[in-house]
Amino acid sequence: MPLPSGGPVSAELRRIQESYRDAAAGGHDVRDHIVGSIYRRAREVAGRAVSRDGSRGRLDWERRLDDVLTSRWAGIPVMLALLGVVFWITLAGANVPSELLGRLLFGFQEVLSGLFRAAGAPAWLHGVLVLGVYRCVAWVVAVMLPPMAIFFPLFTLLEDLGYLPRVAFNLDSLFRRAGAHGKQALTMSMGFGCNAAGVISCRIIESPRERLIAILTNTFVPCNGRFPTLIALAAVFFGGAGAAATAGTGATYASVAATGVVLGLIVLGVLMTLLVSRFLSRSVLRGEPSAFVLELPPYRVPQVGRVIVRSILDRTLFVLGRAVSVAAPAGALVWILANVTLGGQPVLLCLGRLLGPLGRLMGLDGFILTAFVLALPANEIVLPVLLMAYLGVGSLLQFEGLTALRSVLAAHGWTWLTAACAMLFSLMHFPCGTTLLTIFKETGSHRWTALAALLPTGVGVAACIAVAGLVRLVSHLLG
Amino acid sequence: MSLDRYHLRLFTPGRLVVALAGNPNTGKSTLFNRLTGLRVHTGNWPGKTVVRNEGLCVRGGREVVLVDLPGTYSLLASSPEELIARDFVCFGRPHASVVVVDATCLERNLNLVLQMAEITPRVVVCLNLVDEARRKGIQVDPAALEEGLGLPVVPTVARDGAGLDVLMERVIGVADGRIQPAPRIPAYGCYLEACIEGLSGQLKDLVDGQISRRWVALRLVEGDETIISSLAAFAALRLPPPGRTGETGDPEAGG
Repeated sequence: MPLPSGGPVSAELRRIQESYRDAAAGGHDVRDHIVGSIYRRAREVAGRAVSRDGSRGRLDWERRLDDVLTSRWAGIPVMLALLGVVFWITLAGANVPSELLGRLLFGFQEVLSGLFRAAGAPAWLHGVLVLGVYRCVAWVVAVMLPPMAIFFPLFTLLEDLGYLPRVAFNLDSLFRRAGAHGKQALTMSMGFGCNAAGVISCRIIESPRERLIAILTNTFVPCNGRFPTLIALAAVFFGGAGAAATAGTGATYASVAATGVVLGLIVLGVLMTLLVSRFLSRSVLRGEPSAFVLELPPYRVPQVGRVIVRSILDRTLFVLGRAVSVAAPAGALVWILANVTLGGQPVLLCLGRLLGPLGRLMGLDGFILTAFVLALPANEIVLPVLLMAYLGVGSLLQFEGLTALRSVLAAHGWTWLTAACAMLFSLMHFPCGTTLLTIFKETGSHRWTALAALLPTGVGVAACIAVAGLVRLVSHLLG
Repeated sequence: MSLDRYHLRLFTPGRLVVALAGNPNTGKSTLFNRLTGLRVHTGNWPGKTVVRNEGLCVRGGREVVLVDLPGTYSLLASSPEELIARDFVCFGRPHASVVVVDATCLERNLNLVLQMAEITPRVVVCLNLVDEARRKGIQVDPAALEEGLGLPVVPTVARDGAGLDVLMERVIGVADGRIQPAPRIPAYGCYLEACIEGLSGQLKDLVDGQISRRWVALRLVEGDETIISSLAAFAALRLPPPGRTGETGDPEAGG
């Protein structure tokens, strides 16, 4: 007996469904009744199969821990303290290996240059491949690998313990008050890993209005690609890394200060997420937040060995691989831009000059803005591109970890204010290319994608101008 | 084979296909990794950006393609993951399905088991994390659970690999038809049951005999919008000669 194909089947089924809808009192009541029956049966069966010991010590212990970790008064402070410890370990531990790696990789650059000279390669080839590609990649590795190799395993440990759902629980009411969905706390946490992944995770939010809010505000939290930039800048300008006389207790205080800066940025990112969500839910995306059930899974003892292997393989090497694959062509491009002249001036210098006024207004300079634009494919390469731009135009410098980073930046007029504004702008600017593409795929709209880029950029530019202006005003008044 | 629609990379005639379902945080992935080792193919679900893992597990001379379904709390199709899991179990028609449940919070996990059993009787319950439950002072009686559900139940500790041999033995038994579970599905009261029965009758010519008409009728009655499009999509590619459609509502027919 042949069966009707697609079209007629749907029509026929729909007709049948309609005819029964009234009979079965339709819609939600029936579903509630069905789901209710299943829940009752589940309780019945479980009740007969499960027995509990008298003591139940561990359960109580777990419940009491949850009472503290998710309480009104302690939840958020404990959360910040835990994150603080993670960042402090990262900041305090990344310095030495970064220096070592830098020395190693740039030592090898000499060898490479020697080989090119011996082979009689033309100067431009040496420039593009060694001074462009190799140097940019080396910077990415030296600056990013150590913080990532420390930060990701620690973060994965927290994840494995079952702590992240507690974070979502703590933040739920805040999001609700901002007119957004409580699950946005989860998608935002995902954004700390990768904004593109965060945007995809917004699918867990059923209501289209709240999903859009979550998508549009996801870039306000720093992702894996931006953490190393933030951590490196914080370490150099607020943590005293690379400064000549930091030893003993001085160094400890300094890394605590740097931790405070990074933590502050994260809190700022979360606050901006809430603020912008609130703004959106009061303007373009008006509506009521919907409720949902959030499960707090049991705490588990993490499998430490596996966590370390997994976070290094899955995250560290993945992010590094992505960064390197973008850094290589970017390095070549920057070298070319720095060495091809337009009207007697290197193109890069023209770009820097063009963006200079806006950059200075924001407490930055033209090159920093240029670096952010050129790093559109991946946020990881902002600092390497910036260093290339500074050094490609100026003199050649050896890079040896954070010490060299500090001296290069200082030589180009960076102060703590420049660093602060650069970190602010890193926190709040257009998402990377991958994320933009993901947003377009998820929303299917050019306009929402454009808004997702313009919104954080606008906020970031405004914040930088305000901070730079304020600091300049104060220092002017103080003489 | 309707499995073709899912373009399973590891499926070849003679191999069994087994779906792996479960709530998030039940150790489903650990079980999957334990059973398949490195013989894993990662791809996407057709037309979706949800990751699909399939892996090969060889036990007792049989080759089993394990398909890791997204972790879900229900099969009510309220998210893409739930829709994927539901459609694969219903229309992909795996030879058997495993539902991994967390012994420390059994009651909540059983909802998924019961919803699964409404779609197909070929379900084996993997009662995982029994060690953790014991440490918390929770004892689960597998025999009582088996009795209450009408499904095979195997206690396991996926992390150590304990119980996995027995699990696969039962799974292959169900897949081969040597074990025929008779799940005890809840009834929904005489009024709704009458509606379901009437509706099932009308579905005879529309829904293939291998898909549970009772389940389709339930979804239609509750006003599920996704079931019609899913049915239409899967009706377009016809299953084996439908000579036996219309005689019984038994989803086992011809399986």
